[in-house]
Amino acid sequence: MTRVQLVRLAHARSGDKGDTANVGVIAYEPEHYQLLRQHVTAERVKAHLAELVRGEVERFELPKVSALNFLLHEALGGGGTLSLRTDSQGKVLSTALLRMEIDVPDDVAHAVRGRGRVPAGWSPSIR
Amino acid sequence: MRVAAGQGFWGDELEAPVRQVEGGPIDYLVLDYLAEVTMSILRKQRSRDPAAGYARDFVSLMERIFPACVSRGIRVVSNAGGVNPEGCAQALVEAGKRAGAAGKATVALVTGDDLMDRLEHLIDEGHELRHMESGRPLAEVLGRVQSANVYLGAAPIVDALGRGASVVLTGRAVDAALTYAPMAHELGWSFDDYDRLAAGVVAGHLNECGAQSTGGNCSAEWWTIPDLANVGFPIVEAEADGTFVVTKHPGTGGVVNRATVTEQLVYEIGDPSAYMGPDVVADFTTVEIDDLGGDRVRVRGATGRPPPERLKVSVAYSAGWKSAGTLTYTWPDAAAKARAASRVLLERLDRLGLAFAETHVELVGWDSTHGALVGEPPADLPEVQLRVAVRADERAPVERFTREIAPLVLTGPPSVTGYATGRPRVDEIVAFWPALIERQAVEPHVKVEMLRV
Repeated sequence: MTRVQLVRLAHARSGDKGDTANVGVIAYEPEHYQLLRQHVTAERVKAHLAELVRGEVERFELPKVSALNFLLHEALGGGGTLSLRTDSQGKVLSTALLRMEIDVPDDVAHAVRGRGRVPAGWSPSIR
Repeated sequence: MRVAAGQGFWGDELEAPVRQVEGGPIDYLVLDYLAEVTMSILRKQRSRDPAAGYARDFVSLMERIFPACVSRGIRVVSNAGGVNPEGCAQALVEAGKRAGAAGKATVALVTGDDLMDRLEHLIDEGHELRHMESGRPLAEVLGRVQSANVYLGAAPIVDALGRGASVVLTGRAVDAALTYAPMAHELGWSFDDYDRLAAGVVAGHLNECGAQSTGGNCSAEWWTIPDLANVGFPIVEAEADGTFVVTKHPGTGGVVNRATVTEQLVYEIGDPSAYMGPDVVADFTTVEIDDLGGDRVRVRGATGRPPPERLKVSVAYSAGWKSAGTLTYTWPDAAAKARAASRVLLERLDRLGLAFAETHVELVGWDSTHGALVGEPPADLPEVQLRVAVRADERAPVERFTREIAPLVLTGPPSVTGYATGRPRVDEIVAFWPALIERQAVEPHVKVEMLRV
């Protein structure tokens, strides 16, 4: 087994509803969905985001699109307009979650090397 | 039939709807202007000017595209009416005349979503409008309420389209209904055909944030997404059975693929098996997404159940004042200086005896978004921006806070800059109060009025 960051296996988008944020996590490769399902549990997400999320974490599964949806309660410092945070609407909690590390089989770790991050030497002038 | 999205929020790219009209064949253009915060901003504008209170951008846009829409038979559906749909409709009719559409177009005005004027009466009648999360009754903040609107469904829009409207204008209708009402109208769906309505909700969800379905804000290998400068907004090509394809006009930038569509599918949802709306409870977990290539993604399989008994109400109320000030600290030991400065500031605020409901310190460039996940900053961090924010019930302490930032430049830790923009702004906080209301308190008040251009 090798430890990899979630950013190698999945992409994500987050947003808000009141003081609850949601993070949708989507496997780049459908065959990696089961790995996400196994390792990215509500408990682990709660522990990973402990300092940012005061309330409970709920997880929902969307197997047909290889995605998990997390509801993070009391996650926005009071919600939208009350929150004093820069990220008052949880728009980038998605990337906070993608920092999480999970243990995956060595061949999977090898296959996803370099995935999810800008390749070395890339610049916006290169189309 | 093709339903094109032209705006994902009030403030979205102004040229996008023009590109949708000019870039290829479409049947409907839908323009979503309302987010939760927008209604209260519009309410504030109307309190200063009774003729205001709607998305004025919509009227100037329509003046530009009215001739093309009329000649090509493109019908427009928008919630630009905000808290003054009547005023918006009037301005729209005049814009249509100026654009040469007189006698060639009809505007349908949908009203009945605005509860502001009968809020007290509703509470007297026993509608408590309890906060959906805290359970508290609305009466507790009634004096501070700024706007109260019900999320209407597709029925009045479908009615308006059936009566031949060229433009349908609403106040607060659910965002997705702007898209699925035209689908229901064109494809002959009835309001008890829950699977098809659910498919329409999914289509609306994929349209309602504009370019977020076509490559904008997409985290999946974002650097491979081409030409975002000329990003194409989404177009839904719908079939009678509810199957639809998400695409965009040829020659536009961005991309439509499995990743861009799936990211938007999961955006701002709760339990995906029960996406609640006024017309249907949609199940997103039965949805299948097939990437057909060439910026075409097929979506099918959504299922639906009857909608809940009650409708959602969005109430906005004043909830105090806030402000945030920033200063930039540099190497060496940038983070240590910034944190020391925040201590000095908080201690001064404390000595002044100011009562804040909350204070918040962040280091922008280090921990402002990911918090403690990033650990301790390195001593060699080149620079960091200190951001201190406060919130209070009264304006005065927040006002005083804004005068305590700049003094830190001469009276706090060294190597500090970035204060030249002056004192930070004080903002009134408008908070949200989501609640539910019985349909019979709303539906008899919903009206569709036809206006000739």
